[in-house]
Amino acid sequence: MSDDEIILSDLSDDELVLQMHDDLYDGLKEEIQEGVNLLIARGWTPYDTLTKALVAGMTIVGADFRDGILFVPEVLLAANAMKGGMAILKPLLIATGAPRMGKMVIGTVKGDIHDIGKNLVGMMMEGAGFEVRDLGINNSVEKYLEALEAEQPDILGMSALLTTTMPYMKVVIDTLKEKGMREDYIVLVGGAPLNEEFSKAIGADAYCRDAAVAVETAKAMVARKHNQMNA
Amino acid sequence: MTNALSKLLATRDWLLADGATGTNLFNMGLEAGEPPEFWNVDRPDNIRTLYKGAVEAGSDIFLTNTFGGNASRLKLHQAQGRVHELNRVGASIAREIADASGRQIVVAGSVGPTGEIFEPLGTLTHSAAVEMFHEQAEGLKAGGADILWVETISAPEEYRAAAEAAKLAGMAWCGTMSFDTAGRTMMGTTSADMVTMVEKLDHPPLAFGANCGVGASDLLRTMLGFAAQGSAIPLIAKGNAGIPKYHDGHIHYDGTPTLMAEYAVLARDAGVRIIGGCCGTMPDHLRAMRAALESRPTGPRPSLETISTALGGFSSTSDGTGDDANAPKRERRGKRG
Repeated sequence: MSDDEIILSDLSDDELVLQMHDDLYDGLKEEIQEGVNLLIARGWTPYDTLTKALVAGMTIVGADFRDGILFVPEVLLAANAMKGGMAILKPLLIATGAPRMGKMVIGTVKGDIHDIGKNLVGMMMEGAGFEVRDLGINNSVEKYLEALEAEQPDILGMSALLTTTMPYMKVVIDTLKEKGMREDYIVLVGGAPLNEEFSKAIGADAYCRDAAVAVETAKAMVARKHNQMNA
Repeated sequence: MTNALSKLLATRDWLLADGATGTNLFNMGLEAGEPPEFWNVDRPDNIRTLYKGAVEAGSDIFLTNTFGGNASRLKLHQAQGRVHELNRVGASIAREIADASGRQIVVAGSVGPTGEIFEPLGTLTHSAAVEMFHEQAEGLKAGGADILWVETISAPEEYRAAAEAAKLAGMAWCGTMSFDTAGRTMMGTTSADMVTMVEKLDHPPLAFGANCGVGASDLLRTMLGFAAQGSAIPLIAKGNAGIPKYHDGHIHYDGTPTLMAEYAVLARDAGVRIIGGCCGTMPDHLRAMRAALESRPTGPRPSLETISTALGGFSSTSDGTGDDANAPKRERRGKRG
């Protein structure tokens, strides 16, 4: 219906941001890119554009994913739309020295190629303002260590979808302990067969049920770590 | 087309399938990250022990150790060139155990997901998926599998690709999906959606249902969802024995044989014809399930309350079917073109 057609450039800033939340929810990449360009042209800082339009929009997506209203296909579409917006914002954020939330190294453990959940976490973390280094699938303990040394992240994220691969997380954590590196990182684990008790038993800092929880947990733990360092 | 499974289904009210593969192999020393399928060739005696465990506990159907035996999964271990071999050998050991049992036992060739996402969201094409499943199916057939058993599927596209591969291989098949996200599959498929999809298939399965997921209660809720659609195709229930816990370097599932026996009886009362377990289900669980199915009379179809009282609560309030099927999504500000 032509009555319903939305012209983004006709909207006020407040309306545009709300419309962008809807467009992220619907996974409309081109509309998101247009919205980002409009806000920047109207003098918004890249950081405000990221947090108020994209991150706030992905928070709604994350909450509905957590609550079983949205499922993986919808979230992948939304994340893809957000990536489109991020591609514009990334160089601007770097140029303006916008604050960063922290850095994460993430990967699926050895033997496991199921990376859907891991990819969602990576995208949602980027959406929340974290820098993410994605190691992909099938990571040996050596590969994790190499990336930790090279990237010096705040967080190590490990994912496993199979009961046959989840014990490998303990291999990685035990190696970190042996090398005296365990306390240098926040270790978050996730994947369908995992639970809180398992994460405690293997010595992780937290189990994250889904990508939305991963973002919330990462934010809280990074803030706590920074407070401790400043205390 | 008659085959070992259709014959058994014609003569029996219920059939006992098997339990866990991974959990059993870990107990025999499989290392985390190691592909279980390699053991078909490298440690055949361990695989014999795995299969015998199910057969001696009374399973009428058991699955081959080939869950991850597709090219996409084996590529991780640079073994994408061994698809036919690993599947053939996995099935031939199973054939040997089944034939030596002295009973009518179905060897079901396990086919797990590729782990990839279909286009346009991902990169997997329908034809590539069909090709991978077909390659695996031919190996299982050459090893003597009676049927194919497609399991732990999340995407309807992948289920359909497996159906097509079974047709190409000229094999009867069964297929289950994993309903692990608020009562739906990870991709959002409800139990009702699955029935609609299965009924439309050109090469329909002999039986369909659910495996793995989140505990026995959720799995039975999914069964009630299937039953409500009134499909004539037999149902399969293969639920996990509780929830995984880490104990002394091993994964241990907290569901007892008594709980799984209760689950088996409730599954049968819900109208399920093929009942088994998934992760954590050991021979002791299977024995208890068989004994309960043989000794306890059939009861009325259980309600959700009966299930949660007997087996514990559900992981989510709704599973997206029935009154909740058309629940409104987020309110929009306007409609896009």
